[in-house]
Amino acid sequence: MNNFLHRILSALLVYGLLMLGTVLALAPLLWMLAASLMPPGEATDYPPRLWPSTVTFEHYAALFTRLDLGRYLLNSTLLAGAVTVISLFVNSMAGYAFAKFRFRYRDRLFRILLAAMVIPAQVAMLPLFLLLKQFGLINTYWGVIIPGMANIFGIFLIRQYLLAIPDSLLDAARMDGAGEFRIYWALVLPLCRPILVTLAIFTFMGAWNDFMWPLIVLTDSSMYTLPVALANLLGEHVQDTELMMAGSVLTVLPVLLLFVALQKYYIAGIMLGGMKG
Amino acid sequence: MTTGQERHATRGARAFLAPALLLIAVFFFLPVLAALLLSFTDFDIYALGDLERLRFVGLRNYLDLLQSPLFWTALGNTFYFVVVGGPLSVAVSLGAALLVNAPLTRFPGFFRAAFFLPVVTTLVAVAVVWRYLYHPHYGLLNYGLGLLGIDPIDWLGDPVWAMPAIILMAVWKNFGFNMIIFIAGLQNIPTPLYEAARIDGASGWRQFRHITLPLLGPTFLFVTLMTMIGYFQVFAEPYVMTRGGPANRTLSVVLLMYEEGFRWWNMGYASAAAFVLFVLILAGTALQLRLRRRDPE
Repeated sequence: MNNFLHRILSALLVYGLLMLGTVLALAPLLWMLAASLMPPGEATDYPPRLWPSTVTFEHYAALFTRLDLGRYLLNSTLLAGAVTVISLFVNSMAGYAFAKFRFRYRDRLFRILLAAMVIPAQVAMLPLFLLLKQFGLINTYWGVIIPGMANIFGIFLIRQYLLAIPDSLLDAARMDGAGEFRIYWALVLPLCRPILVTLAIFTFMGAWNDFMWPLIVLTDSSMYTLPVALANLLGEHVQDTELMMAGSVLTVLPVLLLFVALQKYYIAGIMLGGMKG
Repeated sequence: MTTGQERHATRGARAFLAPALLLIAVFFFLPVLAALLLSFTDFDIYALGDLERLRFVGLRNYLDLLQSPLFWTALGNTFYFVVVGGPLSVAVSLGAALLVNAPLTRFPGFFRAAFFLPVVTTLVAVAVVWRYLYHPHYGLLNYGLGLLGIDPIDWLGDPVWAMPAIILMAVWKNFGFNMIIFIAGLQNIPTPLYEAARIDGASGWRQFRHITLPLLGPTFLFVTLMTMIGYFQVFAEPYVMTRGGPANRTLSVVLLMYEEGFRWWNMGYASAAAFVLFVLILAGTALQLRLRRRDPE
């Protein structure tokens, strides 16, 4: 009997905490969505409203018609997409080389790259800005894309994945006289599909959510990505709570949907990175 | 024959490595070295227009930093964020992982996804949302606290509360990430260990203390290191929520570096600040590794 009571109490405790955690984790996001649909001024009612009295899409309309949000959406999509596609190629080639070729200084080189991961990116930003300025790349898409084209963590992830794949597969293709690039393209890339999907999600989300570097490089408002545009919008429209929430929803929604659709790959990637790291 | 094949393989490796290594060398290693050199110069807005004006000043930027009360404030704030926010974030992550992974819990996938959702959101966007949640009059948080009989707090306007508010938001945003890593670590602990402990009559707390915690050791080290490194670099939260205020109480080292470097173009001085941060991160990493090594589990 005592045992039974104990089990009921622990179940109550575990589920109570889980429910509380779920509410706390989701409440800010749900309120953001609710407030974005409220008529002007309703989000600052007291006591606070949790639900719009009437649902309106006028703030979304205003963002697209008056505030050029479509442009920022396009910039963000283009930049994150380009960084993802380019870096997938660059990182997978390097990861393949580190996993499946034997060459001098390979392990030392790889260790240096891993050690370099403790260097905060901000240290490089000031000279990087000057370097890109020399090339005339400030306030261009390339200025944002170039520093993201190669990524040590991406190389690491691909290498870890390929280490588990037997060499005999590749050797067989080599015996058949396939060229090195053909082997990479027709054999290695398809083999890497799951980890490439994982890395693509990481990279796309990282580029989409990135703030500091686009803020530095993009000076013209027509070049802004969504996070930069949103931070800028806050300066002029801080009183328009509902409008700001609509802007936040539009910034967050694409990556949230991407996560929900590809959750499995995303979580697997974190575990792989976390376990082997 | 073998040497020919090996040479061939080396050439192949070179071609595959070249793009990544070239990019990393030119756009990361070179700038990091340049930043070190830059920190020994008086690079400012005049030098930006005309490099002739650039002068080598030795350690002056570092000495200026050490004598600047604003830099010490930023350093103190950053430490506050790292020392309070980091452990809090790790503790919440571990708690969430234990709950999600508990044998009692049904639908662990649902809870895991719910806790993880804030991680994938855009930091700037949710920082904007939290700015409104923290509003002293209309904010949801103060309303909720009011129901519990707690007086309203001016979260982002009160110098005492601004940093805790930013920490709270940061923990909400990223605890889900470490939770996933902890769950993976927990699932690697063999269940027979717990069964044996239960037969010996060990309580839940003792099982946690003597089985779970020690076996999570490597995961713990990884999580605390990554969290610390990330938290040292705090920037977007104060940039969006407070601009470093009130009274500079949320000014972080990276925010200071950004303002000095990209707003006032004091790039020599800003580089020195960035390097101090780098050295602190290195020291923190070394310290954690040493503590962990000295304490055998």
